Amino acid sequence: MAKEYHPENPELAEILDSFKNSRELGTMAVKSAHEAGKVIIGSFCQYAPMEIINAPGFCNFSLCGLNYDPPVPLAETKLPANLCPLIKSSYGNVLGDYCPFAHYADLVVGETTCDGKKKMYEMLAEMKPMYVIHLPNNPDWERSLEAWRDELEKFRKELETRFNVTITDDDLRRTIKISNEERRQQARIYELGKFDPPAITGMQMRSVMSSVYYLIDKEEKVQKMTHMVDLLEEAWREGKGPYKPDEHPPRILISGAAIEGVKEKTLEIIEDLGGAIVCYEGCCGISNMRRPIDETKDPMTALAEKYLDVPCAVMSPNQRRYDQFRDTLDEWKIDGVISVTVHSCLPFGIESHTLGKICEEKGVPFMHLLTDYSPGDEGQMRTRIEAFMEMLH
Amino acid sequence: MNFVGIDMGSTCSKLVALNEAKEIVYKEVVPTGWNCVETAETLLSHLEAQGIPKDAFRSVATGYGRVSIPFADKCITEISCHGKGAVAIFDEPDFTLIDIGGQDTKVIEIKGGSVKNFYMNDKCSAGTGRFLEIMAGTLGVDLNKLCELGRQSQNHVSISSMCTVFAESEVISLIGRGTDKADIAYGIVESIANKVKSQMGRVSSDPAHLRLSGGLCEVPFLLELLSEKLGGEVKTDPLARYAGAYGAALFASELK
Repeated sequence: MAKEYHPENPELAEILDSFKNSRELGTMAVKSAHEAGKVIIGSFCQYAPMEIINAPGFCNFSLCGLNYDPPVPLAETKLPANLCPLIKSSYGNVLGDYCPFAHYADLVVGETTCDGKKKMYEMLAEMKPMYVIHLPNNPDWERSLEAWRDELEKFRKELETRFNVTITDDDLRRTIKISNEERRQQARIYELGKFDPPAITGMQMRSVMSSVYYLIDKEEKVQKMTHMVDLLEEAWREGKGPYKPDEHPPRILISGAAIEGVKEKTLEIIEDLGGAIVCYEGCCGISNMRRPIDETKDPMTALAEKYLDVPCAVMSPNQRRYDQFRDTLDEWKIDGVISVTVHSCLPFGIESHTLGKICEEKGVPFMHLLTDYSPGDEGQMRTRIEAFMEMLH
Repeated sequence: MNFVGIDMGSTCSKLVALNEAKEIVYKEVVPTGWNCVETAETLLSHLEAQGIPKDAFRSVATGYGRVSIPFADKCITEISCHGKGAVAIFDEPDFTLIDIGGQDTKVIEIKGGSVKNFYMNDKCSAGTGRFLEIMAGTLGVDLNKLCELGRQSQNHVSISSMCTVFAESEVISLIGRGTDKADIAYGIVESIANKVKSQMGRVSSDPAHLRLSGGLCEVPFLLELLSEKLGGEVKTDPLARYAGAYGAALFASELK
């Protein structure tokens, strides 16, 4: 069964409880931001830098679709069925007006990450005001950085003109400082998984991560996360973590993308079967959080450097991801890696092969689960996860 | 005390009963049918008829219907059970086991007598026993006949679609073109062998140590084609069909 926190720590239980329903939190957050007259930006990947969006006080909400029904079947009336479910779900949510974030968005910002998204943005532009940032794919070239810095500068100007605001370097320095602190605290949440036994479960990591996203007031967000991690560390020291002090569950690293949309049939089952997810790698994983923005440099250059350095699978070559993956295996003392990717997510699907090779080299068991938002493969997913856990024992 | 292993697959349910000395005292295959719980009861009554009443054995259930066997003491996945059973049947510690089942095909890498890695197809039925059954149905023959027909093929054709639904249309259009039945049959069996070959690429395997378990191990032509495609003789054993149930029974004998 999924691990719950000890009830004798009411403060911790309350904080964790407050993070349980991220969808509701998000809906309330976007409504109140809209009612307060704030500019609302809908975005997809982190390559749309939140520091630039937040600098003039705009709010940023993710439009990544995480559910199957109703958006996916609706999207399939226009998009190819064999497209990644995240892209279909995101598009279907706008098409059917199911998504409160897209509904209130004054501007939707996309970036040229994967082919499916790029082409979907062209169709999204028929329904919403759309701006696409051009992301270079080779992170090692000097000219990629120059082009990327220019693109970000263009994006900053776009926001200034479109909404009649000024974004100063000082505004950027302020948002950079707070977002660095935010990433530091998010990294600490994943670092709770380094404890033996872990001081947090993998499912708790997910619900906290997806909920804190909707705390619009960044100062409050950082404060709340810091306090929560402190409490979790304290509970662990008192032997009151989610696992008994002498429990040593197999330590699992989850790698991949779009996992939020398939967590019930993958992550939840892993932990139900006695595995402990101690860290996440890939989209929304540790890689971004461990890459702070240089606060001493010119802010636009520092932003460009940071985001070009984020090793999403759309980058090629993507040595940065493999290096960090190797380090994560050691640092978190990983017993097994499960790569979770969704159908037609080609960049992450292909890189999964290299991750498998690294694991083989390091003697860490590895499994690739390929799934979809659509139901019907829960039984097969369970059998594979169960067999993998049996193999680890 | 007896030890019973039940492997409830999507098509057939296999049962193996061992005595205290871990020798096989009874084994059988029955169709799973549409009701797993009823099938489990049938197996239980057969055991009783063999003089193995309910309170005289410990059991482990495996296969996709493993959770529907109310009297089982434990459920263990078919990956682990096939691995354990095959190690005992083939009596060797290192080999690659191919199991072509009704709804999935597994490639299991065995090292030092235990499962080291495995690969399983996803929810698509391409390359599974079900695929062969559907194709045999399209040609109006049964599965064994399909494979025997394939052996007689003079002009090989290939079925390129990986998806069962598309492959079926491909077969129908070959029939429409008047292609010889034996040649189509060859194409169908070959497509299974090709699918297994691509799955093999996902685990490390030594062509000198390939073993086949599951319902199709009694089909000689499939073994021949598999051996040809994989570049090494694929060996099997009359007991290999029971590998999962046998492994489950062995696990049952280790239950505390």
